Amino acid sequence: MASQEESSQPSDTLTTLKTESETLKTKLEEERAKLHDVELHQVAEKIEALGQFVIKNRRTLKGHGNKVLCMDWCKDKRRIVSSSQDGKVIVWDAFTTNKEHAVTMPCTWVMACAYAPSGCAVACGGLDNKCSVYPLSLDKNENLAAKKKSVAMHTNYLSACCFTNSDMQILTSSGDGTCALWDVESGQMLQSFHGHAADVLCLDLAPSETGNTFVSGGCDKKACVWDMRTGQCIQSFETHESDINSVRYYPSGDAFASGSDDATCRLYDLRADREVAIYSKESIIFGASSVDFSFSGRLLFGGYNDYTINVWDVLKGTRMSILFGHENRVSTLRVSPDGTAFCSGSWDNTLRIWA
Amino acid sequence: MVSKMSSKMVGSNNLAHARRMVQQLRVEASIERIKVSKASADLMRYCGEHAKYDPLLMGIPASENPFKDKKPCIIL
Repeated sequence: MASQEESSQPSDTLTTLKTESETLKTKLEEERAKLHDVELHQVAEKIEALGQFVIKNRRTLKGHGNKVLCMDWCKDKRRIVSSSQDGKVIVWDAFTTNKEHAVTMPCTWVMACAYAPSGCAVACGGLDNKCSVYPLSLDKNENLAAKKKSVAMHTNYLSACCFTNSDMQILTSSGDGTCALWDVESGQMLQSFHGHAADVLCLDLAPSETGNTFVSGGCDKKACVWDMRTGQCIQSFETHESDINSVRYYPSGDAFASGSDDATCRLYDLRADREVAIYSKESIIFGASSVDFSFSGRLLFGGYNDYTINVWDVLKGTRMSILFGHENRVSTLRVSPDGTAFCSGSWDNTLRIWA
Repeated sequence: MVSKMSSKMVGSNNLAHARRMVQQLRVEASIERIKVSKASADLMRYCGEHAKYDPLLMGIPASENPFKDKKPCIIL
């Protein structure tokens, strides 16, 4: 039972901590500002402008009965897994547009799906609060659902998942405000990541050369970079004005891009520890749902809620092109592993391949 | 972690949260940073070095891009 003296002490310490908190935040801003000697687009003025290039809708994958929410490429650069509000997860051959596998999940709104590095399994989840792994069978008659393995358990919807560098571990993010790393075989949680103040909507693993980190974005408008081994948040960025729907590492691993409901995409450099570019236009007023870089990192493709895909010059900060084709929001977008094409998924129930 | 909170526990929960915040800020404030000019130069160099291998940037001929070939006709 707290005495009168004890109950006055905690609030003193609380005030001290709050003051220290504010002081540290100011110091953080000052340190970051000291190194802000120039803008990226200014440095980029001296490089040649990009010529016109032609990117067209080359394939349309039809088959989902409702909104496409997520997709991922197989390392073989031709297969794709996609998931939908209708509860279906489909594996496609993007060259031929044939469907190779289909699984019906026990829940609707399958918001996340990922291809295993080996190409032999897919992971997915959504409103069931879980991430499950389905091995892909060569036997078309085999019921994939029978071999399903439940791996991750969150206390709210699964928003994103991705395998780490092997089929053995999966990283997940959830509406419960956390991310977690799981062992696929045992279903055990290996590490959890706490720090977001609201739903975590997206994540991306750093390119393998860069080491064991990943970035996440959430409804708290924050993007956080995490150390996978310790669970520690090592850097955080809070410049967006609304939910961050998508985060993606720059191919070198030194930066990442984000797409947000505030209708902007932004580039954050990890070594400068700050935002270094904003990709926006007054005419773009709808949220960006998904972003990805071209192979060299020079182009940023953004899928938006106004049904379009905008192509940005990452260095100069200008928009190169707008791609039309989808008949509803673009919800997911990923460039193929060798950069030859990118795939977009939409609330118009289709996926489109652009090259 | 604590589901039932008396008023004194609310006090110490806020305290724990505040301590975590300060701890987190200390970690973030202490990392080493480089200038934006250097970071930008590195990003530009990376783009430059990899540009010629970027099919969407360079545009590759239809014969080399499996997605640019004619859609196969399937006779059922």
